[in-house]
Amino acid sequence: MDADALRTDLRSFIATNFLFTDDAVADDMSLLESGVIDSTGAMELIGHVEDLLGVTVADEDLVAANFDSIDRIVAFATPHMQ
Amino acid sequence: MCGIAGVVRLGPGDGPPRELLLSMVAQLRHRGPDGFGLYRDSWAGLAHARLAIVDLTTGDQPLSDPDGTWWIVFNGEIFNHRALRTELRSRGHRFATSSDTEVIVNAYREWGTDCFARFNGQWAFALWSPSTQELVLSRDPSGICPLFVHEGGGRVRFASEVKALFADPDVSRTFDVDGIQQTFMYWASQAPVTPFSGIEELRPGTYRIYRAGKVEDGVHWAPTYPPTITATPSDLRAATEELAERLQIASRLRITSADVPVGAYLSGGLDSSLTAMLGSDASAGRLETFSLGFEDDGFDERPFQRLVATRLGSRHHEITVSRADIAEVFPEVIFHSERPVLRTAPAPMFLLSRAVRAAGVKAVLTGEGADEILAGYDIFREARIRAFWARRPESTVRPELFDRIYPYLDGMTGRTKRMAQAFWKIGLEDVGRPGFSHGPRWRGAASLRRFYGREFADAAGAADAPGPLDHLPDAFGSWSPLSQAQYLEFTTLLSPYILSSQGDRQLLGNGVEGRFPFLDPDVMALCNSLPAGFKLRSLDEKHLLKQVALDHVPAEILARKKQPYRAPDAVCFLGDERPAYVAEMMRTSTLEAAGVFDPTAVRALVRKLEAQRAEGRGTPSNADNMAFVGILSTQLVHHQFIVGPRAPHAADIRLVVDVEPPDMSQDHR
Repeated sequence: MDADALRTDLRSFIATNFLFTDDAVADDMSLLESGVIDSTGAMELIGHVEDLLGVTVADEDLVAANFDSIDRIVAFATPHMQ
Repeated sequence: MCGIAGVVRLGPGDGPPRELLLSMVAQLRHRGPDGFGLYRDSWAGLAHARLAIVDLTTGDQPLSDPDGTWWIVFNGEIFNHRALRTELRSRGHRFATSSDTEVIVNAYREWGTDCFARFNGQWAFALWSPSTQELVLSRDPSGICPLFVHEGGGRVRFASEVKALFADPDVSRTFDVDGIQQTFMYWASQAPVTPFSGIEELRPGTYRIYRAGKVEDGVHWAPTYPPTITATPSDLRAATEELAERLQIASRLRITSADVPVGAYLSGGLDSSLTAMLGSDASAGRLETFSLGFEDDGFDERPFQRLVATRLGSRHHEITVSRADIAEVFPEVIFHSERPVLRTAPAPMFLLSRAVRAAGVKAVLTGEGADEILAGYDIFREARIRAFWARRPESTVRPELFDRIYPYLDGMTGRTKRMAQAFWKIGLEDVGRPGFSHGPRWRGAASLRRFYGREFADAAGAADAPGPLDHLPDAFGSWSPLSQAQYLEFTTLLSPYILSSQGDRQLLGNGVEGRFPFLDPDVMALCNSLPAGFKLRSLDEKHLLKQVALDHVPAEILARKKQPYRAPDAVCFLGDERPAYVAEMMRTSTLEAAGVFDPTAVRALVRKLEAQRAEGRGTPSNADNMAFVGILSTQLVHHQFIVGPRAPHAADIRLVVDVEPPDMSQDHR
C-alpha cells in the first residue's frame, strides 16, 4: 500500500464509520476537535490503521499528533509502509 | 401458554397409568389454570394444562386431526397460524377448530419436520400417532417454551417442567455433577444437560422423533451469521428502515394474535419502550402496562417507566419491590426456576407477573432478546476493548478505554484501577479463539467453585463437564468477533437463564405468557445478517436500534445510559429480619445432605457478609453476591426437588378433555 491508497482508504473508512454519510472530510481537518471521533472512535480508527499496515502502535505513538487528521495519519504511517 | 406432559412406552408393557398422568399435569397447574385435558391409549398418555389465549371456545387439548391419526399437546403460540391455515386449506386439509394447535397437526402431516421452519412462534409440543406409535417432540428456535425429557424403564416421559417428571416415582432424583459445574461457569446448565441426573432438556431449535425403536434428533434452527462483511452508509439507512418495519410487524402480530387483551412490560429502557410503542396502535382500546420499581434507589427506574407510559397513554401498573419481598418469595421463585441461579433478578419478575395476573391480563409483550441480537450488553464492548488491548498487552493507554464502559473506574486511583484492569487482562492471549469474549464472565463464575466440598470437587474434577465451546457450529470461526460473542450470549445465557429462569418460569409461575417481538424469526434473520458495525459502532451499543427508536421513543429514554436489569442480591438475606429458611438452608447438616458445598467455607462467607452489613461497610462484592445466591438457590433446589416429598395424587383435577380410545394395541414392533 502506498500513501495515496492509504489516504483514499481513510477517507472512505471515516465516511462510513463516523460520518454516516457519503460525504468526505478534509484531509487536514482535526477529527477530535470537529467531533468526528472521540476516544472510542480513535480506538476503531487506530485498530483499522494497524490492520492495514500489519503493525501495532506503541503507547508513546498513541497521541493526537499522529492520528488527529488524515494528513497526520498518512505522515505517521508512511515510514511503516513497504 | 400452557403446560404439557406425557409418557410413552418404548416396548412391551402396560400403557401409562391414568393416575400418573393426572399427578404429572397437576404439577403444571400454575402454567394453565383454565382447564386440564387427557388422552390415553395402550401405548401413550398425553396431558395438558391450559392457559386459554387463542380460540377460547374450541381450543381445548389434547386435540387430534379429524381422523385421529395424530394427537397433540402444545404449549405456546404460532403467531402466523392464520396464514398457514389458509395455505393448508388450499392443499386439502380440513379444520374443526380455529386454534393454532390444529394448524400444527396439519402442518406436520403436510410438511413433516420441514414444518417447524414455517412457524413464526414460540412452542414446545408433542405429537403422537397411535397407529404408528411415533412420538415427535419439538421446541422453538430461541427456547422460549421449556421441554424436558426422561428415558428409563422402557418409557420416555416429557414435560414442560421437571417437577412433572418427578411426579413419577420411577424417575430418580439426584444432582447432575455436570449441570452444577456448568451453572458455576455459564450461570446456567446448558441443554441437554440439566441440574438433575437423567433429566434432559430438549435443545432450543431442535426436534426429536421416537419411531420403531429408534430415536432421531434434528435441528430446525440455529443462529447463523454471514462472514465478516463491509457496508456503506446507505446500507445503514436501508437497514434502519427495514428493522423498523419488521419490528412493527412483529410487535403488532404479538398483540393481535390473541383472543384476550395483551399487555406490555415497561422496564424504562429502550427495548421494551420501543416494542410497546410499535405495538400500541394495534391494541384495541387501552394498553395495560406493567413496571417494576425498587425501594433501593440504585435499581429503580420508575421515572423513565412513567414517562413512556404517559406517552403511550396506557393504563399503567407498578409494583415496588423491597429486599424483604425478594427474600420472602425466593423459595417459590426457585420452585419455578428448578435450577440454581447466581442472581436474585428472577424474583422481582415473579412478583411482576403476579401483578399482571391480578390485573386480569394473561399475556405481555416484553423486550428480551434485543441486547443479544443487536449487541446491547457491556460484554460485547468489553470484548472489543480487550481485543484492541491484546494487540499490545504491555500498553497502559489502551486499557484506559474501560473507563468508557465502566464509569466507576473513572474515580479510581492509579493502583486500584490497574487492579481492575488486570482482571480483564487475564486471557488476553486467547484473542481470536472461541470464547475470548466470555472469558472474564466465565472465569468469574467458575471461581465460585472454591466453595465446593472436597467430595463434590473430586467428582466434578473427574468428570470434564461439556461446554458450549465443545460443539460450536462449523462456520463459527468465519464470523466476526462480535457475531461469535453474540452466538455465545444467545445460546449460553439468553435461552437457559434470561428466557427460562428469569423468563418463562417466572411468567408462567403466575399463568402469564410472555411475547418477544425481538425474537421474531424475521427480525432475528435481519439483525444476524447485518455488519457488526451497525450493531456495535465503536463502543456505541445497539446503534441501529437507536436509529429506529428516534422516531418512536421519548428523547429522554434514548439519552439515558443503559442500565442493566439488576435487583439487590445477598443483602436481602442478611440481618435479623431474614426469613427462617435462610439459616436452615445454610446449616451444616443441610449443606452436607446436598453434598455440593463445604460448610466451613459457606459459614465463613455468611460471617463475612453479616459483619459487613452490621458494620455498614459498603455493599457485598459481585463475587460474594453471586456465591451467596448461587449456594442458597442450589440448596433450595435440593430441598424442594431432591429430598422433598413426591407429588401427591391429584384427586381434584377436573378434565375438560378425557379421551381413551378403544384398545388398538396390536404391537407393530
